[in-house]
Amino acid sequence: MPDAQPTGATAASAADAAPARDRSRRGETLLEIRGLQKHFPLTQGVVFKRTIGHVRAVDGVDLTLHRGETVGLVGESGCGKSTVSKLLVALEKPTGGSIVYKGKDITGLSGRALKAYRREVQIIFQDPYASLNPRMTVGDIVAEGWAVHADIAPKKGRLKRTQELLDRVGLNPDYVNRYPHQFSGGQRQRIGIARALALQPEIIVCDEPVSALDVSVQAQVVNLLEDLQDEFGLSYLFIAHDLSVVRHISDRVAVMYLGSIVEEGTDQQVYTTPSHPYTQALLSSVPLHEPHLRGQKDRILLQGDVPSPADPPSGCRFRTRCWKAQDICAEEPPALVDRGQGHPAACHFAEARTVVPIEVAE
Amino acid sequence: MTLSDIDSTGAAPAVPGASLLEVDDLHVEFRQRSGVVNAVNGVTYTLAEGQTLAILGESGSGKSVSAQAIMGILDTPPAVVRGAIRFQGRDMLTMSAEEQRKIRGPGISMIFQDALSSLNPVYSVGWQIGEMFRVHQGASRKEAKQRAIELMDRVRIPAAAKRVNDYPHQFSGGMRQRVMIAMAIALDPRILIADEPTTALDVTVQAQVMDLLKDLQQETGMGLILITHDLGVVNEVADDVAVMYAGRIVERGTVDDVFTDAAHPYTEGLMKSVPQVEAKGGRLQPIVGQPPNLAAIPSGCPFHPRCAHRRLGAAAAPGRECATDVPPLRLVTTGREAACHYSEEVLGA
Amino acid sequence: MTDQQQADLRHDEVAAGTTTGLASPSVDATDDRQNSLWSDAWGSLRRNALFWVGAVLTVLLIAMALFPGVFARGVDPRACDLANSKARPSADHWFGYDVQGCDYLSNVVYGARNSLIIGVFAVAVVLVLGVVVGALAGYFGGFTDGILSRIADIFYALPLILGALVLLRVGPSTDLPIISDRGPGAVALALALFGWMTAMRLVRSQVIAVKSSDYVAAARAMGASNSRILLRHILPNAVAPVLVYTTITIGVLIAAEATLTYLGVGLQRPAISWGLQIAAGQDSIRSAPHLVLFPSIVLTLTVMAFIMMGDALRDALDPRQRA
Repeated sequence: MPDAQPTGATAASAADAAPARDRSRRGETLLEIRGLQKHFPLTQGVVFKRTIGHVRAVDGVDLTLHRGETVGLVGESGCGKSTVSKLLVALEKPTGGSIVYKGKDITGLSGRALKAYRREVQIIFQDPYASLNPRMTVGDIVAEGWAVHADIAPKKGRLKRTQELLDRVGLNPDYVNRYPHQFSGGQRQRIGIARALALQPEIIVCDEPVSALDVSVQAQVVNLLEDLQDEFGLSYLFIAHDLSVVRHISDRVAVMYLGSIVEEGTDQQVYTTPSHPYTQALLSSVPLHEPHLRGQKDRILLQGDVPSPADPPSGCRFRTRCWKAQDICAEEPPALVDRGQGHPAACHFAEARTVVPIEVAE
Repeated sequence: MTLSDIDSTGAAPAVPGASLLEVDDLHVEFRQRSGVVNAVNGVTYTLAEGQTLAILGESGSGKSVSAQAIMGILDTPPAVVRGAIRFQGRDMLTMSAEEQRKIRGPGISMIFQDALSSLNPVYSVGWQIGEMFRVHQGASRKEAKQRAIELMDRVRIPAAAKRVNDYPHQFSGGMRQRVMIAMAIALDPRILIADEPTTALDVTVQAQVMDLLKDLQQETGMGLILITHDLGVVNEVADDVAVMYAGRIVERGTVDDVFTDAAHPYTEGLMKSVPQVEAKGGRLQPIVGQPPNLAAIPSGCPFHPRCAHRRLGAAAAPGRECATDVPPLRLVTTGREAACHYSEEVLGA
Repeated sequence: MTDQQQADLRHDEVAAGTTTGLASPSVDATDDRQNSLWSDAWGSLRRNALFWVGAVLTVLLIAMALFPGVFARGVDPRACDLANSKARPSADHWFGYDVQGCDYLSNVVYGARNSLIIGVFAVAVVLVLGVVVGALAGYFGGFTDGILSRIADIFYALPLILGALVLLRVGPSTDLPIISDRGPGAVALALALFGWMTAMRLVRSQVIAVKSSDYVAAARAMGASNSRILLRHILPNAVAPVLVYTTITIGVLIAAEATLTYLGVGLQRPAISWGLQIAAGQDSIRSAPHLVLFPSIVLTLTVMAFIMMGDALRDALDPRQRA
């Protein structure tokens, strides 16, 4: 590889417009989600389909993302967090609610306007084995965005820019002509990141980007995501079920249960003073790594299973498994508001409770 | 050797500390057209009554394959198993297939990560649990069903009597894993091998299943081998831990010791690279590079290409060159073994 | 992280990468050229012996169809002498004589043109119809899929031979191109029109499977158009089974032509084709087995040639199969 120098400095030119436009405007609201809903119809029959109900995968989600910030969205399987990511990148059409990006509602967009939006909001998938076309070379995969949005990179220098991008995400630039199956899981995830980066997006939706990776490789990818954020002023919506990773990377955290957000705040607020019973139970279930902290946490074992999103409980969704449930919980869904804990929690009886021992000395 | 012998061993009173299982210099390789894959390269450990031993490693570390070799569920060929696996003093690798089969179930049983694919979708769970009693103990259908309900109660499946006729798809992931556990403990095994039992489960469910396993172990005094990649699970459940890398045990000791101060650079690297829920922490310190390809394991210490403590060439002490000399698993401090030439430097680092 | 640290990290990873069987020393020379699936597939085809055997056979057969005189050693297939009826192969007449006493070698050679036209043309139509209809039905789903799949079902209900029979019977009375002239083109089209449904089903099910994959979602999230997603992502991953199916079908279709002839709607004498020869030879299989043997051998070779090329192409289009 004679011409491209493998340094971060030249790699920066791959997305040269990006670093200039941020920083000064860091903190402005980029994305605002209000009352987002996605209901999937449940059908019966093959030829004559009739709808027998709806799976309320996402049912009233509010979320705000500022420039340069990482918002973590945590929840267990089936809570709807992956559907939120698909709605955000317009892979699914919402049933209700709005997604306002830079002041414009994008839920009804189509054609050229939708294409322009997609350029600015990209996604990284969980499974690095399924998210890369096995019959395309790495170079083609990374450069595909430029074939779709031809104005980003002139045809002539694309190979060089592809190599710069590969270098930037920590892959050998000489690998442009290789195929995905020749790479390990962590390396494939880097290819997926390079593909998203090629469009110089404002926001990257990371849908469980490290949960399929080996422990020792996860940290490499997390660090890479953090570096890229600093370098290009990216905003992340980081969706994961791993509470430790989310705490590490996020500025703010939202906890999701059965299609809606039950608690939201800075990582400090949510992890040290969780106020929703579900957040408390979730945090208390995370096994700790320090032998001297073993047995010190406040253990809350939840009973039963998550109810079906096709038939969610009335009122508060969590009441069927909650030890604080009263009559009002079945009647009135609690709003996501601050009840004196310094951050909003959707519980009528919200009360801060420390469940994870706080590490004193670092 | 007769079946009654096994039955009596199966019912033998638990003697805490007595050695149940000795794995001695276990090797497993897979002979394939493209070459030989060395999945396990000389693993040695013992498991006592009532002990919980965690085997910690990433994909390709050989942790699951070594367990499958113990269970005798590897297809041979392509797999070739060498070494010794002694269950209560008798080497299972030299036994006939029939004798081995009598140990599995009553002696050693195993649960897997993916409970859904381990259950047959066309039989009710009660039938599948009861099958253990019908096949191994000749119980009648009615009796088997009754004992299936008792077992489902024991693994805390709510309304067991009502759910005994339900099919696997009607259970949630956590409940299915409980069904698997019920089948595994049906014959009161002396050893339970749990291969990533909670990896597919959510954290709240993981906590429930781990609690259940711990309680069952306390009730029965069985030995538990917990195979996992999750440091937190190891810390909360296990007494001892063996860390595996590239088919070898690279460090072994009590969880308290190993997690407080690692003696092998790989263990140290793992601890540093994982974020913790109890603190936001600074920048993660990943281990560079990728896990090794088992068909081409690096020479010398298999970890040396990724190691921060390696000493190559002239910098190395004689006979302790990381790229050429394979470090043996040796005692480094009381109760601690590590396979690193420079463990003393890693300790306390 | 400084540039130096970054370079170090990358260096370490590349170094460690050697242990993953990845960074073999023969790193691809990029020399400002970027490979694509198709250029790599061609590179892999070129090194595939199977492909070359198939290709040489195919070229031979095509040459036979274009210049039959050369291969028939200058013998006119219609210069017959009843005295030689059913004569066995000899040094002068390698394939012997047929019932009419015509030189059988030249007959088999001259039959290549009609048979190849029927086989290749019919399979091409099957492939195009199957891939286009299957891809549209699978990709767009819903109403489009409902309509297209029901149309395929209607064609399924008509047996191949019966459908072709009706079409060829009615054909000459219409003024549709190709169909009306009762030549090999008409036979091929008739066979293809009633034989594309399995190919369509195969493509449709593959497309449905591939459509839900993450890499297609990634392409959509990038803003790629439907045609781009279909052509670049879905079809390359969905055509393998249909390639195998259609190459095998070539032989079935060439032989089916014989059945149509037998029923009186296919090619008729004095037209020459392998199907005609096999059908005619069956009557005298006990007294003159060579009449069935030789056209069958050439037919088998033709089918094998296409199967070999189809297999080689399928492997070439799958990077995981390459060394």
